[in-house]
Amino acid sequence: MDGALSVALEVLTFRAGYNASVVTLGATCLGVAAGVVGTFTFLRRRALISDAMSHATLPGVVLAFLLGIAFGLEQRNLPLLLAGAAVTGGLGVFLVQLITRSSRITEDAAIGIVLSVFYGLGVVLLTYVQSLSVGGQAGLESFILGQTAAMRRDEAIALAILALAAIVSTVLLFKEFRLVCFDAEFARGLGWPVFRIDLLMAGLSVFVTVIGLQTVGLILIVALLILPPVAARFWSDDLRTIVILSGCIGGASAWIGAALSAAFADLPTGGIIVLVAGVLFVVSLLLAPRRGAVANGWRRMSLAFRLRRDRALAELLAAEREAGPITIGQQARLWLILSGYLRNGRLTPLGRQRAMAADRNFRLWEEVLRSDRAMVPPEAAFGIDPVERLLSTEQLRSLERGLLRPAGPEHAS
Amino acid sequence: MANSQSLATEEIQVPALAALPALSVRDLTVAYDRQPVLWSVDYVSPSSGLTAIVGPNGAGKSTFIKACLDLVPRLSGEVRFFGEPLRKRRRQVGYVPQRSSVDWQFPVTVLEVVAMGRYGFIGWCLPVSRRHRNAAMECLEKVGMADLAGRQIGQLSGGQQQRVFLARALAQEAQIYFMDEPFAGVDAATERAVIDVLKSLDDEGKTVICVHHDLQTVADYFSSVLMLNLTKIADGPVATTLTQENIARTYRGRVHDLNLRA
Repeated sequence: MDGALSVALEVLTFRAGYNASVVTLGATCLGVAAGVVGTFTFLRRRALISDAMSHATLPGVVLAFLLGIAFGLEQRNLPLLLAGAAVTGGLGVFLVQLITRSSRITEDAAIGIVLSVFYGLGVVLLTYVQSLSVGGQAGLESFILGQTAAMRRDEAIALAILALAAIVSTVLLFKEFRLVCFDAEFARGLGWPVFRIDLLMAGLSVFVTVIGLQTVGLILIVALLILPPVAARFWSDDLRTIVILSGCIGGASAWIGAALSAAFADLPTGGIIVLVAGVLFVVSLLLAPRRGAVANGWRRMSLAFRLRRDRALAELLAAEREAGPITIGQQARLWLILSGYLRNGRLTPLGRQRAMAADRNFRLWEEVLRSDRAMVPPEAAFGIDPVERLLSTEQLRSLERGLLRPAGPEHAS
Repeated sequence: MANSQSLATEEIQVPALAALPALSVRDLTVAYDRQPVLWSVDYVSPSSGLTAIVGPNGAGKSTFIKACLDLVPRLSGEVRFFGEPLRKRRRQVGYVPQRSSVDWQFPVTVLEVVAMGRYGFIGWCLPVSRRHRNAAMECLEKVGMADLAGRQIGQLSGGQQQRVFLARALAQEAQIYFMDEPFAGVDAATERAVIDVLKSLDDEGKTVICVHHDLQTVADYFSSVLMLNLTKIADGPVATTLTQENIARTYRGRVHDLNLRA
């Protein structure tokens, strides 16, 4: 165990020898490319089509292998195999679109059909190839789950270069992709070729899938396209930041995953990489400020708490004025006593001050409801945030005039 | 304003365009499934002033706009903008839909959305330059939204979102604008902004065609009217066209108790 960890550390710090370093570098570049390209796939709501596409690469890989044998190429010819993967992967995307457009079958069903049929065909072809008496077919299976160890040095360098090309293309097309992802109809209205931009986007995700087959494998590559952008979305509302963050998360997952799988040689690289990405996703889901689950829950709880406290204070004030019965619950009473707002069943001076402020605020909010809801920003906490801080003096004055109206003419002056 | 200056340099075809009607429609027929929604509509936009399309619900008002913009397929008919089909004039045609069906959670700011209106002036792969951002900012000022430029689009109220899309159409610097019910369900500030924008577009000599469902206010905002109910009932200046008789024919007696303003 100790030895494995120190190997992992060596790979992580690129000190594990030239070969391991190059392979890790290639995987990292792939992770960054998947994160960057995946952001737009995710925003265009094409994440599941990518899954159909990646599964559809398997028959392509095997057919290309058979083609290689037929033309007398020896062993496995990687560029040929990947070209085969790209062809059937692209065909898979095309078929999903064709089925959705030309029939009443919905997209999710079309994705299911294409994914399973292509993968089934791939598995059958693979079994057939393995029964042949030629060399090199053993490596084909590694495309399903990915195996970095099988990667040669020159292949890793090629992977890094191709991944960088995908990143550069996406960065160049940032403006076009954002436009089409946000409002395709408007893009069409401006005369941008939406179909061609979509094709470029799909092409880039086919490209990333294909170059990632060796590292992550075709079953799990879609996770590397989806997890980083979804995780990154939790941390920011700015698309540029999200793209950069998503690339970093993808890159870090692949880097750490590749190092771990180099250390524990019998673990599949793809699975480890995706697990690391999964951990980063869960951390983001829980801990991101503002959008994370913890922050969300905390915000909701504190809102409910503040609303109940203010309501109780206002009720106590009304009960004191009209000498009526006190109706607030035990919990609220206890909390008010602990805060120093309530003593011996009566409001303290501090409590009265708070209660009057809360009461006035409630009335102002009700007046906002009556006049023009649009005057307060929608993210304001209704009934709780002080109205004074949300409105201009002029708006506040007109609201107060509304408040005074039912009180009678003696207040009008 | 700097905006009108850049307009003058970029729209070199203006004198040529001015001679042709901004929009001419001949024999426009649209059907969803088998039922016609519009039947053989002929229409030529007036050379100046704002136009309202009026008619009862389901009369094909929005469909008329969408068919002109190639957003719904037409069974027959010909639509020309300044004498050319849409694909040659796309950038000169602006459209503000009634309610955009975009993803409001999309990570994009108000200013970035408005700047998308400028994309027609920016080439492939080039970033949005400061000049275009400034132009987008001016359009945001025109709709009274400059102070919210940095907000994420989903953090705005409905009326504010509507104004952002109005600003985006302005940023496009089109020659003809279609708006679908710009006054429907908006708050007071948005209504004021829409009125101001319509006035300034009119002053700049742009053609504006709005679907408008409130007969009471047609004469306040618009100078021409196109009355639709499946077919074209009438079109022309509000004063001579929006008569009790034409209204009765358009609404088929469904609004007989409607009293028009003098």
